[in-house]
Amino acid sequence: MVRSSPLLRLVLRTVVVGYLVLLVAWPVSLVVTHTFDGGFSALSKAFADPEVTHALQLTAIVALSSVAINLVFGVTISILLVRYEFPGKRLLSALLDVPLSVSPVVVGLALLLVYNPRSGWLGPALADAGVQIIFSTPGMVLATTFVALPLVIREVVPVLEEIGDDQEWAARSLGASSFQTLRRITLPGVKWALVYGVVLALARSLGEYGAVKVVSGNVVGSTQTATLLVDQRYQNFDQPTAYALSFLLAVASVVCIVIVSVLRPKQEA
Amino acid sequence: MSQTTSTLPREVAGRAVREHRPARSVNALGRGSGLALGTSLIWFSLLVLIPLAAVVVQATNGGWSGFWHTLTNPQTLAALKLTVGESLLVTALNVVMGTTIAWVLVRERFPGAAILDVVIDLPFALPTIVAGLVLLLLYGPRSPLGIDVANARPAVFLALAFVTLPFVVRTTQPVLEELDRDVEEAASSLGASALTTFRRVILPSLVPAVAAGAALSFARAISEYGSLVLLSGNRPFNTEVASVRIIGYIEGDNLAAASVIASVLLVVALVVIVVLDLIQRRVSRRG
Repeated sequence: MVRSSPLLRLVLRTVVVGYLVLLVAWPVSLVVTHTFDGGFSALSKAFADPEVTHALQLTAIVALSSVAINLVFGVTISILLVRYEFPGKRLLSALLDVPLSVSPVVVGLALLLVYNPRSGWLGPALADAGVQIIFSTPGMVLATTFVALPLVIREVVPVLEEIGDDQEWAARSLGASSFQTLRRITLPGVKWALVYGVVLALARSLGEYGAVKVVSGNVVGSTQTATLLVDQRYQNFDQPTAYALSFLLAVASVVCIVIVSVLRPKQEA
Repeated sequence: MSQTTSTLPREVAGRAVREHRPARSVNALGRGSGLALGTSLIWFSLLVLIPLAAVVVQATNGGWSGFWHTLTNPQTLAALKLTVGESLLVTALNVVMGTTIAWVLVRERFPGAAILDVVIDLPFALPTIVAGLVLLLLYGPRSPLGIDVANARPAVFLALAFVTLPFVVRTTQPVLEELDRDVEEAASSLGASALTTFRRVILPSLVPAVAAGAALSFARAISEYGSLVLLSGNRPFNTEVASVRIIGYIEGDNLAAASVIASVLLVVALVVIVVLDLIQRRVSRRG
């Protein structure tokens, strides 16, 4: 190790801790103190509000549906990318990362252009068939699924590459069907990567705001998720409810981070 | 060891150290896998590719003059300038602070380091609207520090610094962990000062990781929306960023103009992805 002076090391450490406290830790801790300003009254008042409970329910439905979709799609596409050869594989692999760097607002706009029932590319046909996507739950699930799409794939692909396919070949040569191989060998091998991917996708899905705002129409009591309600209540001077909801969302994201950081070393050890 | 919890380091580190498996591990598509690929591609197209294509088509519908007319609208131009300018500033900050944070996390042992690790990942997981709200609590009108940046320029910088915090840290950290300290020992035993050792030995191996983190943080910064909603006030010509301008056009039912700005952001996102891919290929070739 470079023999840097103790003074320099102390300065660096202080700068880093100070920066992280001022930028993240202190602000986030303030939402906790503001929520519990009057004991549990803000939380109990929030839970007694039907709009709040509806928003929380809707957030759960949207997040869980999109995580389920991304789980199935992510596992399928990861296996295809790692274990199979097909033309355009490199391009597909690059395109799968696109949702991570597209603005949520652009995601919302893109879905709006295709699925809005008046002038969208596919919207009018779907509307004739009785399927409403924009301004209703399916559109919000689509938006959320879009933004969280790469998370499962990014976790599973490196692990699939690392574990190799020796065991899969052994299972096949012993007469296992491809479904049996998948269920008994491949999926258990990527179990932890799947857990991280799902937890990260869940955190992202619970907190999505911009994309959902554009496609949902933000209708109070109908298509309003928890994040949209935080915005609305804050702007309408119902700060206690905004703080209480933010607190719940922050707790969910901290739990997700802690789960991932506690589980990950086990797998790497 | 400080463990990295984000998705980034695995990706970057994973690609860099990827082992080359024997050719046997790659199969040709059979009937089942072909069907799976087809279904996945249809879903991916309906969800991502067709909608993004629709943005580009809508943006170019009005021809080049329409495109140009929207882009040169003074309010839009101001928003784009602000977005790019603040994103570059925040990226510069992240290059310095992110590298420093990664360095301290890897090289120093002190109580509370595990907590810092969670704190660094918080901006990844915290909903953006909540990020804006918590920043407003410390740097808004009721600030316990007496600093009020709400609805002013510095608010944009603050929000972007918050949401982009993890990128450089998480790309740089795994590279620092794998650095061979013997080389540093050798350099300093040969008389190199700490600064020279850092500049000549450590820095060159960090550059690709820092560059990757910087690219990600720039891409995130120019596309940010949620954390700015409550904090920056979205004042035209002052604190209105590109994403907010898009929302304004959508709410005014001018999807064509919204698509023009959106396609500019899309192009930047694609450029960043290509740059990242080039960096990662260079790293893995070297490794």
